[in-house]
Amino acid sequence: MGGLGAEAIVERLVSGLGLGEGDFDTDLAAADPWVRIPGERLVEAAQILKADPDLAFDTLHCLSGVDWPKDDPPAVEVVYHLFSLAKKHWIVLKTRVPREGGCLPTLENVWKAANWHERECYDLFGVRFEGHSDHRRILLPADWPGHPLLRDWEWPETWHKIPVKPGRQMTDRAEKGQMTGVGPFD
Amino acid sequence: MDLIGAVGKNQFALTTVNAVVNWARLSALWPMTFGLACCAIEMMATGASRFDWDRLGLIPRATPRQSDLMIVAGTVTHKMAIRIKTLYEQMPEPKYVISMGSCANNGGPYWQYGYHVVKGVDQIIPVDVYVPGCPPRPEALLYGIMALQDRIREKSLLDDPRPERTIAAGAA
Repeated sequence: MGGLGAEAIVERLVSGLGLGEGDFDTDLAAADPWVRIPGERLVEAAQILKADPDLAFDTLHCLSGVDWPKDDPPAVEVVYHLFSLAKKHWIVLKTRVPREGGCLPTLENVWKAANWHERECYDLFGVRFEGHSDHRRILLPADWPGHPLLRDWEWPETWHKIPVKPGRQMTDRAEKGQMTGVGPFD
Repeated sequence: MDLIGAVGKNQFALTTVNAVVNWARLSALWPMTFGLACCAIEMMATGASRFDWDRLGLIPRATPRQSDLMIVAGTVTHKMAIRIKTLYEQMPEPKYVISMGSCANNGGPYWQYGYHVVKGVDQIIPVDVYVPGCPPRPEALLYGIMALQDRIREKSLLDDPRPERTIAAGAA
């Protein structure tokens, strides 16, 4: 029943990919042990993690983006939380792409769940996923300017003539003495 | 009904057109079946048997064409805002809007950092009654509905059918 430890999982993955000492990064002491691999090996890594009968990562639990604008080079990190329902073990797979025009291969052919998650990552961080079957924004309107979870994203003044930034309308209303409270509480 | 009195044997009614029209309008406020977020759960509770807004003549309609009340129950995102405006425009006059809960009133918890939330539904459509709460309890919504009925009761047929309601800053 008990799955492999993080160390054995990382070992298995790294030797499967044939990565050298400097090609990957890992922290096994982290709360969620993780391994960071180059983006071009991502599909291969995902296939190994899923197909290896001892690893059997059958679930993409979560796909997130993290913006690192002050790092050198500035990067968006895409984080894949993987779980094996068969083996009951976890691993976190990370990879970095440039902040401008970052692109990764899609993993929807390995884990179907990646489809919506990748769309969300594109929506909020602007990371493109090559080969994605439906590469659109998922949450924000199609003509929304920019990718709002990037640290340097700036709020537009208006969107379709609707103010986006918080204004003073509630304060103005209160100062004019208009009552906005209706209900048994006021 | 204080204004409508049966007079004499023939039981005819003596009243004003205004009173009858207003009475008819406020007694059959048909809200559009329309919920956006958690406030909609409280709105459903208001409609269900414990609070039963049918007592006030509210019957939810499944189309804006048959509705005269829009209860904006929940978070108004920018993506939804343009659809809300379309739905509002599809409703026939006279039409009324209740803004239910903090999100619809002014953006609520999304006021400062919620780039995706409109800072109050009154930025896009005119609002008659604001109901505070996060979410408001059904009693509060019922109170808001009764406040709207009081407003309707004071209206005159000679009034501009599209009176200047509260702030509509930046209305597209």
